[in-house]
Amino acid sequence: MSTQRPEPETETESAKTDAEAAEGAPKERRLDEKRRRAEERERKRVEEAERVAADAERYHLKVFRYDPEVKGKQEPRFDDFHVPYETGMTVLDALIYARDEFDASLTFRHSCRQAICGSDALFVNGRQRLGCQTQLSDLEQPVRIEPLPHQDVVKDLVVDMEHFYDQMESVEPYFQTTDRPDGELEEQRQSRENREKIKTSTRCIWCGACMSSCNIAAGDNEYLGPAAINKAYRFAMDEREGDEMKRRRLEIIEQENGVWRCQTQFSCTEVCPKDIPLTEHIQELKREAVKSNLKFW
Amino acid sequence: MSMSQSYDRGLIEDFGRWREFSAGMWAWIFHKFTGWVLVGYLFTHVAVLSTALTSASADPATVAANQDLYTQTIRTLESLLVVRVLEVGLLAVAVFHILNGTRLLLVDLGIGLESQDRSFYASLILTGAIVVASVPTFLAGVSL
Repeated sequence: MSTQRPEPETETESAKTDAEAAEGAPKERRLDEKRRRAEERERKRVEEAERVAADAERYHLKVFRYDPEVKGKQEPRFDDFHVPYETGMTVLDALIYARDEFDASLTFRHSCRQAICGSDALFVNGRQRLGCQTQLSDLEQPVRIEPLPHQDVVKDLVVDMEHFYDQMESVEPYFQTTDRPDGELEEQRQSRENREKIKTSTRCIWCGACMSSCNIAAGDNEYLGPAAINKAYRFAMDEREGDEMKRRRLEIIEQENGVWRCQTQFSCTEVCPKDIPLTEHIQELKREAVKSNLKFW
Repeated sequence: MSMSQSYDRGLIEDFGRWREFSAGMWAWIFHKFTGWVLVGYLFTHVAVLSTALTSASADPATVAANQDLYTQTIRTLESLLVVRVLEVGLLAVAVFHILNGTRLLLVDLGIGLESQDRSFYASLILTGAIVVASVPTFLAGVSL
């Protein structure tokens, strides 16, 4: 374990000086003894200073632990880890260190480590964040790491994402159109303006941070949630899909558990690691839904 | 692994999380709270005044002399310090609900969404200022 430091090799040296001193004159022996004690004090002082310095460079993590398969770990608890800090270290780096060096059973999801795969959304110091995107130096200690709230915990920091994926699938998160260009080899072109419009909505990495932060989604499992609605926005606003497809998409999102459940708390927008203006997109879809339904004749 | 084995942290995890709420969440909570207070006030208001409204059938002389039940009820209520303080509270609740309602209207129209937190703080500060300015008026002439 890396918490242990190699013992300084002063023992054998002092043993040797002891042996030599025993043969010398009493005065010399006294001086030797004195010097030996001084060295001992100095060694302890340096060791203490090193220990304090090392602790100062360690980050204190409090990590949520729970394992339904191991008796004695079925009761959720928090484990403390003291991880040596390196410049640029992220929460994910610290978790990997804790797992590799301290406790191999510590379980969490991660893959790309660069905020693209969306597998390490965690609840860090009371907020949904990506582990790989969050610098330890930005956090107050102890750094409290928990699985995403409002989702079932499978083990330690791993939550069940099935419901989130179901909601994502329910808005048909793929390009589809009835509005094909005439020629067989004709491209489906998008204007620069339209691309710009949907730009931020395409950045979703399916991490589930927004859904976990949403108060409404927490109380109502049927609510589509910010990520799914944003996905619907991405395609409903894509002009290449055509008007017919847009109507169909609006029908999906204006259902009882669609956009109208949103109460504009802005929690999702606050936590989105890709800075997608989720609330803005939801609000725009609400207006689109009203516009397509309002008839003044 | 089956779902039933997974550990559902339930509602307990939500308690204490209020410290981590951000502006939009507080705005939502305050809006709900002030809304319910206003609904409660509306019903109390209607109940108190309608039960006091017997003056219509009363003797015109009694009304002219301000001795009718309605006038007496209002005077009694207005002479109580607690009623005056509650009136200040009612104003605070109403002003915040109006200002935040305007903020929500703008949010619904997609105007200024990136400054939704600042508009919430502005609502709070404006509410505070109006309430403080109203205190002399509301507490004028009340005896302890």
